[in-house]
Amino acid sequence: MNGAQIIQRIAAGLGLEEGSFESDPEAKDPWIRLPGDKLAAAAEFLKGDGELEFDTLHCVSGVDWPGDDPPAIEVVYHLTSLTKKHWIVLKTRVARAGASLPTLETVWKAANWHEREVYDLFGIRFEGHSDLRRILLPSDWPGHPLLRDWEWPETWHKIPVKAGRQMTDRAESGQMTGVGPFD
Amino acid sequence: MDKPGSTGFDGAPAVTLYDEELPPDNSYAFSPEDLEEDEMILNMGPQHPSTHGVLRVELKTDGEIVKDSRPHIGYLHRNFEKHAENIDYQGVIPFTDRMDYVGSMGNSLAYALTVEKLLGIGVGERVAGIRVITAELQRIASHLLAMGTYGMDIGAFTPFLLCFQQRERVLDLFEWLCGARLLYNYNWVGGVSHDLPEGWTDKCRRFLDEFVPVLDEVDKLLSHNKIFIRRTADIGIITPEMAKDYALSGPNLRGSGIDWDLRRDDPYLGYENYDFNVIVADSPHGPVGSCWDRYFVRVREMYESVKIVRQALDRLPAEGDVQENVPRFVRPLAGEAYCRSEAPRGELAFYIVAENKKPIPYRVKGRSPCFVAMGLFHEITRGEMIADIIAIIGSLDIVLGEIDR
Repeated sequence: MNGAQIIQRIAAGLGLEEGSFESDPEAKDPWIRLPGDKLAAAAEFLKGDGELEFDTLHCVSGVDWPGDDPPAIEVVYHLTSLTKKHWIVLKTRVARAGASLPTLETVWKAANWHEREVYDLFGIRFEGHSDLRRILLPSDWPGHPLLRDWEWPETWHKIPVKAGRQMTDRAESGQMTGVGPFD
Repeated sequence: MDKPGSTGFDGAPAVTLYDEELPPDNSYAFSPEDLEEDEMILNMGPQHPSTHGVLRVELKTDGEIVKDSRPHIGYLHRNFEKHAENIDYQGVIPFTDRMDYVGSMGNSLAYALTVEKLLGIGVGERVAGIRVITAELQRIASHLLAMGTYGMDIGAFTPFLLCFQQRERVLDLFEWLCGARLLYNYNWVGGVSHDLPEGWTDKCRRFLDEFVPVLDEVDKLLSHNKIFIRRTADIGIITPEMAKDYALSGPNLRGSGIDWDLRRDDPYLGYENYDFNVIVADSPHGPVGSCWDRYFVRVREMYESVKIVRQALDRLPAEGDVQENVPRFVRPLAGEAYCRSEAPRGELAFYIVAENKKPIPYRVKGRSPCFVAMGLFHEITRGEMIADIIAIIGSLDIVLGEIDR
């Protein structure tokens, strides 16, 4: 199935009306954006439906959009069907403050660690998650670093951690930043 | 004044790394209060030599039996995703090299492919051929490391030496190609950093000719060794359903008997034009999905990689500028791209979100196959012996640089 057919099938299966959801079947990776309360039902449907059979959850990523109206964090689920050999991207948006989503761990077990990572780096709580602890960062790390407005601490337990800006300044001023030893 | 013979150094360290306020220690998943009689919590790592890096595993044991386990990761966490918010597209490549530091060609290739997808540019035939050659040589080097260290984990030392000798020759080829032995920074957006030097292809062919007999020998020495089979063939079983549920990929997935390889099923770089087999475990020893199956998939994949490299060398166009399509500035239109590729350890993917015509990516996310494989560790270790934990970690072939990113 191609992206447009998959998106149609999801909309029909969940009983979504035309115009009540966003999607882009023509994108490089076709995606569909659903509200957070439809997420768990959508996941069940995507895995269980005989035509779609999305048996693996490939990746879960967060993207912070503080400048949007309203400010939101987008959680992006990349799904693969090994049996049907097709792909789809499922997106959902949550408010930045006190964000929470239902866990998809009950549908795909792979979600367990991915959701822990999103919780660690973005601070989104996944309701019903069996083991929601920080995974990559120390437990006393200040804040959630992949939020765009996160403040770099100068030090952490006296270890200097703040990154410099010289590469950013070079890139933004239009200089070519070579990546090789001979650039 | 300094005394005669003094160096002037007073012995005080320049930086004090730690003070008395250590972080609160709540990094244990199991609590001593919940233990039943005869159970204890055993901490393995992060400095354990058999955990393939700085992995810490917390085990709940009853004698020699592991009742439950929890891996703790993050000791190598650098958050390259945060750094990528401040660096231009090409500048992220060295960061990706440092994810899987024994399979760097695969990492920078996956990243370059993603940015190319975002920009909508392709590469010439010569660049594609060179990328296939380097990616498959990297797969050979990486699987040799996996095979050698796996033997050593189990207690066989000779295969390790033979494997490392051959791996060294691949690294020599890469060093000649781009000056680096491990972190190559070789795959650039739209091209590669250096063209093949004169005589490189002959040396590469010679390596392949001499490598296959050695691989045969190591294979005979280790794979069908009775002790080795007894140590690996019946433990760490990943059933096909579990493999799908946990989204395993690469040799770990094929080791569970699932016929899936991105090089065939979603080809990139013209892999569809090469003649090679997808290796799937057929498990002559014990149930499918055992440690031995995963190990043996890697061994047989090396033969397939040799086949691919030979074909790629044969059809490589003689002429061509390898930096023809390298854009001077990478400024994609607003959008996003997710591109997966078959790295030595599984499906490595990057997710990049771009703002309109900005030189810096808005968001880069790396999907690491080892991170995903570690997610099911607690399932396959339950009920095994402590000594088998080593065999299971080795069979998953993890690299902590990629798990922690």
